Amino acid sequence: MKPINRRTMLAGTAATSVALCTPAIHAAEPKVLRYLGTAVNEGDDISKKCLADTGIKIEYITATTDDVAKRVITQPNSFDVLDTEYFSLKKLIPSGNIQALDARKIKEFNNITPVFTKGELPNGKKIGGQGTAPWKVLYLDGPKSTKFSPTPTDYVTLIPTVYNADTLGIRPDLIKRPITSWAELLNPEFKGKASILNIPSIGIMDAAMVVEAMGTYKYADKGNMTKAEIDLTMKVMTEAKKAGQFRAFWKDFNESVNLMASGETVIQSMWSPAVTKVRSQGIPCVFQPLKEGYRSWASGFCVSKGVSGAKLDVAYEFVNWFLSGWAGAYLNRQGYYSAVLSTAKANMAPYEWDFWMEGKPAAQDIKGPDGSLLEKAGVVRDGGSYNDRMGNVACWNAVMDENDYMVRKWNEFIAA
Amino acid sequence: MKLASNTTARLQALPLALVLAVFFLLPLAMVIMVSVWDYNEYEMIPAWSGRGYSDSFEGCLAQLPELCTILRTYAETVKLCALVWLLTLLIGFTVAYFLAFHIKSRTLQIALSLLCTIPFWTSNVIRMIAWIPMLGRNGVVNQALQALHITKAPVEWLLFSEFSVVLALVHLFSLFMMVPIFNSMMRIDRALIEAAYDAGASGFQTLRDIIIPLCKPGIVIGSIFVITIVMGDFITVGVMGGQQIASAGKIIEVRVNALQFPAAAANAVILLGVTMMIIVGLSRLVDIRKEL
Repeated sequence: MKPINRRTMLAGTAATSVALCTPAIHAAEPKVLRYLGTAVNEGDDISKKCLADTGIKIEYITATTDDVAKRVITQPNSFDVLDTEYFSLKKLIPSGNIQALDARKIKEFNNITPVFTKGELPNGKKIGGQGTAPWKVLYLDGPKSTKFSPTPTDYVTLIPTVYNADTLGIRPDLIKRPITSWAELLNPEFKGKASILNIPSIGIMDAAMVVEAMGTYKYADKGNMTKAEIDLTMKVMTEAKKAGQFRAFWKDFNESVNLMASGETVIQSMWSPAVTKVRSQGIPCVFQPLKEGYRSWASGFCVSKGVSGAKLDVAYEFVNWFLSGWAGAYLNRQGYYSAVLSTAKANMAPYEWDFWMEGKPAAQDIKGPDGSLLEKAGVVRDGGSYNDRMGNVACWNAVMDENDYMVRKWNEFIAA
Repeated sequence: MKLASNTTARLQALPLALVLAVFFLLPLAMVIMVSVWDYNEYEMIPAWSGRGYSDSFEGCLAQLPELCTILRTYAETVKLCALVWLLTLLIGFTVAYFLAFHIKSRTLQIALSLLCTIPFWTSNVIRMIAWIPMLGRNGVVNQALQALHITKAPVEWLLFSEFSVVLALVHLFSLFMMVPIFNSMMRIDRALIEAAYDAGASGFQTLRDIIIPLCKPGIVIGSIFVITIVMGDFITVGVMGGQQIASAGKIIEVRVNALQFPAAAANAVILLGVTMMIIVGLSRLVDIRKEL
């Protein structure tokens, strides 16, 4: 039996009072939530399962990362639940268009992995916190506050759902030698065959990983550079661009898959599911672990300021359902990580858990959520276990204080 | 009587005028207004600020004789635009000429014009992606060149280069040039051409002194289509240029995506100004209203 603390106690009472007060309303109107997010997380399987389990109908509003942020700022009443990344909170929260969620109403809140709450692995190992690390922007001062709180409070900005550690993707069949450092991205050996992500705030962090790996400069915080640091980073990248190092920059998931699958590039920044997609075409592609570590990202749910009353209860019910295990297992099987590990584990077969989370060789064929064959028995996941991957996070996707300057410099880089 | 018909004409123009006012002039006025606002990370601040403009022209004096970002970007955009304009004009005119003067059957003319719309049958994204297997390092063209022993190694500049950008834009927009020119050509009184022939003009003289002058409105309208689209394009330039070629539209996109709306609006106003100058220059050459 778990010790009862204030938070679980209150969560219990809150849940009871919700249950007592709301049946009449529930019967009156169908439970519908408008879910704004990117296509990556908006699976039909998840909305179908959610409808079956809870009766909540999810209406997806799909947009690109940038357009999601634009919509939150300009049309806060056009959605109920927002699925977004922690780094964008530095823009979204000050706008006042997002309301804090009450941690006491989130059943599994205390079981959320300490990666989010404390910046450490479940085994206690501290992880890199450069950039907009989730724990820096997880809490607000008060329910209506637009200020982040450095210490835990009950008012949570974004209930975490999914996260991963990003690195470079490579074509081992074309490179034919081990790759161990971010510095390889600018290695003249791959002239005209490298690529980087053309989303300025993320691209510049990959660039910074490279600059640091080359030993050119050591940043105090790659996710929050000074103007001089931005200049230095862009100078290195501009020289590489002028020398013809890059084949193309990519912005869209499918672009990155095409570049890699067609052999136009052999080394580039990449996302995990893109590597999987290249591999599913029968083309060798590795999500290469590098000694300098990973650039991590994390996303979660929050609620528009326009949501209240019964609708807000439905939103809490949805978030609670999402953390209750089925969705977490689904995400883990895609190669992402779920925020509540215990409930996801309960929804996965032991051999699946061993492969995805423990870094052990697959005891039998590994299938994706849709039943397609992802890996044959005996294969080990790129980068190994959860602890090996998340434990080696060096920085998090970020929005810098000097964002405006950085964006101008990025335009200059593209024009160079 | 005169007055009454004038009023009727104005009433008839009113619906369109209203639509244009509400959906074109008003938004445009707002863009211009926002372009002189201030902004922070997440919102526009309705206070006068020239920041959108001054940031855009950052370093333009200090870096001389080196070009600053915006001048370099516009130089690139104008260069691409000129190339695309020239090529679409040549291709559009030739195709239109063939359709108007060599195809006698009306049905065949329509059928062949429709063929020219094929590039628009697929989505932008698919069309772009389709160029990779064609022009890529291991693409059809490179394989053919190597199989014919014309080149030894794959030709890299076929894709993600100015060449591929111009190719894709010409492939797309030749139609916009062809249709207005074709339209102008169909209005040419065939008796004029016969008269020229009877008067002993050569084929080239007929083309130079009769057909081209009478096609001017079509050429100018087609040019306006192509120039305005290419000046503002950032998707084709981005995808075909491997995102490594700057374009005026790309600057705006990057600013909008960073939620820096006033800076984006300022750049939109600059782009509008540059494009207008080109269009005004063109209409100096031909008075479209008179010619129509």
